[in-house]
Order: sequence, then structure tokens, then C-alpha cells
Amino acid sequence: MQDKHRAYWRANLRLMGVLLALWFLVSFGFGILLVEPLNQVPFFGFKLGFWWAQQGSIYVFIVLIFVYAAAMRHIDRKHGVDDERDGGKGEPPCEPLRKNSK
Amino acid sequence: MSVEALTYLFVGLSFALYIGIAIWSKAGSTGEFYVAGGGVHPIANGMATAADWMSAASFISMAGIIAFMGYDGAVYLMGWTGGYVLLALLLAPYLRKFGEFTVPDFIGARYYSNAARVVAVLCLIVVSFTYVAGQMRGVGIVFSHFLNVPIVWGVVIGMAVVFFYAVLGGMKGITYTQVVQYCVLIFAYLTPAIFISLMMTGMPIPQLGFGAELADGSGLRALEKLDRTLVELGFTAYTSGNKAKIDVFAITLALMIGTAGLPHVIVRFFTVPKVSDARRSAGYALLCIALLYTTAPAVGAFARLNFIDTVHGVPYAETADWFKRWESIGLVGWLDKNGDGTIQYAPGPAFQGAPAFTGELGEQDQKQLTNAPTETANEVYVDRDIMVLANPEIAALPGWVIALVAAGGLAAALSTAAGLLLVISASVSHDLIKKTLARGISDRQELRAARLAAAAAILVAGYLGINPPAFVAQVVAFAFGLAAASLFPAILLGVFSMRTTKEGAIAGMLAGLAFTFLYIAWFKFVAPEQNHAAHWWFGISPEGIGAVGALLNFAIAILVSRFTAGVPERVQELVAAIRVPAGVQRPQGH
Repeated sequence: MQDKHRAYWRANLRLMGVLLALWFLVSFGFGILLVEPLNQVPFFGFKLGFWWAQQGSIYVFIVLIFVYAAAMRHIDRKHGVDDERDGGKGEPPCEPLRKNSK
Repeated sequence: MSVEALTYLFVGLSFALYIGIAIWSKAGSTGEFYVAGGGVHPIANGMATAADWMSAASFISMAGIIAFMGYDGAVYLMGWTGGYVLLALLLAPYLRKFGEFTVPDFIGARYYSNAARVVAVLCLIVVSFTYVAGQMRGVGIVFSHFLNVPIVWGVVIGMAVVFFYAVLGGMKGITYTQVVQYCVLIFAYLTPAIFISLMMTGMPIPQLGFGAELADGSGLRALEKLDRTLVELGFTAYTSGNKAKIDVFAITLALMIGTAGLPHVIVRFFTVPKVSDARRSAGYALLCIALLYTTAPAVGAFARLNFIDTVHGVPYAETADWFKRWESIGLVGWLDKNGDGTIQYAPGPAFQGAPAFTGELGEQDQKQLTNAPTETANEVYVDRDIMVLANPEIAALPGWVIALVAAGGLAAALSTAAGLLLVISASVSHDLIKKTLARGISDRQELRAARLAAAAAILVAGYLGINPPAFVAQVVAFAFGLAAASLFPAILLGVFSMRTTKEGAIAGMLAGLAFTFLYIAWFKFVAPEQNHAAHWWFGISPEGIGAVGALLNFAIAILVSRFTAGVPERVQELVAAIRVPAGVQRPQGH
């Protein structure tokens, strides 16, 4: 792997680690392992642990994916590997939509 | 117009639309047939993925299952949504960069082996057929409930429609019908949910409504009242569960990993133009899915409350019309055990098995049953599916809403069936025929093979829908468990580890598949009498064992890879190339 790709991959793994930790925290953490203590806390008419399990975790999942997509676009550009480019191997960049391409 | 006429109208209109789209988007090359030419906008792909993913089970059954499981229903809510985070971060962008047509394509190339490809095809076919049988059955059930068409004819009509747009349009036809099907099904799901939330709490947003104060003057919040009522009747409180924590943990994990490993979902991300689109598209997909998945628990809680209010302590003669209507098709049953003419609802089954009617009416005009009564105080049998199907009636909504629910249920079942049939046909025509058995065939021959395979798969699925294996309800655990234990670890290691060898991957897939298969088969079919926590390994039920199977797959793949010859240089270059988004190519027919 080229050096610039190695740095890119490390940045990707770091971001992924943070987001997957949050993924685990809201679902397996708040929704399952800590559900009883959190249920002592009222939250807009819900018990908080129950809310995380049946509502909150799903909202966080959506946010995590969009944050990943946006942050990766930034990281792609910073390391010069975004998908508007040809990857340095001379392949043509993405072609426009063609009807009935053979 | 009568409800039945309206239902025919809505269902007929939606079917005409699906077929119209199929004609408009006829596939001309294998690239278009397998992955819609790779030119689908990420938002359109998100909607299509949502329809692809949300099946008859999500639309019809899930809210009912949650209504009767309470907190434990969270395993489905988190499990079937959390998998998209794994998909977006760990799989979708890399598979898109890889840029071929199918999941076995990736496994075969990354593990430089046709044996690995064939093992992946095997996993894919087992997973997808298990899943599709239930969809065709769902189509039949919706037809028989709403239109009084026999289940067989319902399945045949469903097959004909899918045949038309899947065989003709391939992935391109399926994608744009799925976009329309998503709109139909989400509108059909949200409309009654909003009405019911308004009626019960005055809050139009169901997601907030089931925590809001009830409009019945009790001064209680919906979940508070539900907890209290259930505890009074002898149940566990709605907001606490019955399952052991380790089992809830394992089932959620197995469903998440299984979701990310389902081939018909993964392949949707081969259809967008770029790597960054694949990431974004997973977000839109989850957004579309979450609209239904966050509404379902509200529908479940309201339905359970409504159900108890309508039946418990009510003399049979005064029950609501819907109770008698659903009794007449065997989804509800009442056995007056204590002979007081009043319905009592309590924990435990009311009698053995599903209602078997004698055909005679009892003292209260209830349908008499031949089932043997149980010891419990419970007198009511209820099929969980009616919680969504009967919702519009329970809430006394106008006829067009009922017609809409029928069209929505069909959209959900057909869209998922089509997606599954496509991955089956692609794996047969592309992976088995083109890449393994008959390497020299041209693009046109391959396209013809793909159409034939799709047609054959539809016939098999229809047969399974008409003659469901006795265990059809049990096999959902199979589909997710097997996807989690076989495909997911192989793809993940393929991207994130340069060192995993073909021997490691094949051994891992087979071990995960065999372990999960045997564990589920043992408790579901061989020794069902042992299927409770005392006999389970680590207290994990067959539904959750896929999580253990996946860990086993990872462990064996890594271990075997340490003792086998290294990964060839060109494969290491392939892995390095799929890790960077630059240089993405559009799939072409070849």
C-alpha cells in the first residue's frame, strides 16, 4: 500500500472505531445492559431505558451513518483519494449515465 | 363504494403501475439486469433498499409481535436497523468499489478460489429461499384476508406480477418499482398509525404519542396505563421483558450481523454510481426504514391497550364487530371456560393450538371450538398479525384506509420477493454458469440465462408459498442466523484483513454455517421439547445463535489463515484498491 493510502486507512479506521463505539453504547449499552437503571429516569413520558431500546437507538443509527458519510468525504479529499479522481492508475473517472449501455 | 371494491381498485392500480414501470425500464444488458447499470441515485436507492428490506413480516407482523413482547420487541427494532450501521461502515463502500455484480463474485475474487465462490452461492441460496417462501405466503394471506381470494390464487397473481417486472426489467425494473412500492407501503402504514395516535392521545406523531397522556380522562400516560393493566392481569409490565439479558443481547447482535450479511440488501449498494454514494445511500435507506420502525412500537403499544379494552371483561354479546369478523376467519377465538358469557384475558394460551371450529354456535353465538382448554384463566386466542390488519377497523377508520393497508401489505411482500429472486437468479446465471460452469458464454447468453433462472426461482418460490413447509414460521431464525454466521465474517475479513487466506475463509464459512444450522435444527426440529433456556448453550436461544456462529467463523478463519500459505500479491493489491474510493468503475456488461 502506498504511504498516502496507509494514512488514509488509519484515519478511516479511527473514525470507524469512534462511531462503532457509539453504535454499541446506544443499543447494547443503553438499550440492553443498562436498561434497568435508566428506566428509573422519566423521559417525555417514557422510561429512558425503554425509550433507548425502542426509539432512541434507531435515531442515533441514522445520524451515525450520515456523519460517517460526510466525514469520509472530507477525509477522502484530504488524502486525495475521493471518487471524483481516477486513483492514479489511469482508469477513466466515473462515466455519465448512459442508456442501454452494452 | 364498498371496502372490497376500493381494495380491488387500489390493488389493481398499484399493480398496473408496477407493470408499467417494468415495460419502461426493460434491461438491455447483464449490467442493467444485475445492478441497474450502476446508475441509481442514492436517494432512490435508499427508498428501494427500504422496500427491498421491509417484508410482509415487517409490515404485517412486527407491530403485533412487539405488542405481545413489550420491551423484548426491541431485539427486532434495534437488530433490524443497527445492521445498517455495520453495512454502511464496514461493507457497502468497499463492495461498491469492488464493482462486480454479486456477493459470491467478491468472495470468489478476494479468496482467489472458485470453491469459495460456490460455498458463498450455497449460503446465499439457502438464506434467500428461506426468506422468499414467507413473502409469497404473505401475498397469499393478504389476498385472502382482504379480497376473499383463495390463498393459492393470491400466490399465483403475486407470482405473475413479480414474473413480469423481475424477469423483464431485472434490477433496473425492480429498483424503480421498489421506489414506488416504498411510497405505497409507508403511506399505508403511517396513515392508520397517525389516526390511532390522534384518537388515543390527541398527539398526531405516533413516536411521541405512545409516551403521551391518554385522552380517556384517566390522567395516565399510554405506557403507564399499559404497564398497570398488564400487571393487574398477571402479565409482566410492558416496559420490562421476559427474556434473559444474554439472550436479548445475542438475538440483537445476530439480527444486526445477519441484516448486514443478507445478499439481497448488500447487492442494492452495487447499483449506485460511486463509493461515497454507497455510504450516503445506506443513510437514506435507514431513514426510510426508521420511519416505519419507529412507528411500529407505537402501533404495538396502542393496539395492545385497545385490544385489552375491547375484549377483557366484556360480555361476548357486546364485543366490537371486528372481533367477530376476525373470529370468522380463525384469527381470534374465545373459549368460555368459566361459563359466565364474559371474555377474560390473562397470561398463557387459552387452549391447545390454533382455533378449530366445530361449525356450531354457542350460547352467546360465539363459534364453538374443539380445542382442549388449558389450566390458565385466559379465554382468548389472538393471532398477532391482526394488530396491524385490524387496526383501521379497531380505530373505525374509513374504508379507503383499509384498502390502502391491503395495497401496502402487497407492496411490502412483492418488493422483498423480487429483490430476493433477483439475487438468486444472479448467483445462478453469473456465479454458477458464467464464472464456473460455462465460462465462454456471451453477454446475451448470460442475460437469457439470468431471465430463465429468475423465472425458475419464481416458480419454486410460488410452490413454497402455496405448500409452505410445516416449519415456515420457524425458518426466519435460519435466514438471519445463517447470513450472520456465513457471509458477513467472510466479507468483513476480506476487506479488513490482508492475511485471510482462501483456506481460512472457506473453513470459517463452513464452520459457521454448520454450527448455526445444527444448533437451530436441533432445537427447532429434532428435539423441540428441549427448546428452553435450561438446555441452551450459554442461555442463548436458536434465534440468537447466529451471533455465536459468526464469532466461530471469525476465530476459525483467522486461526486457519495463520497456518496456511500467504495471500497472493495480486489479491493484496485488489484489497488495497478497494480500500480507496478513487478510480471507481461503472459495471458494464461483458
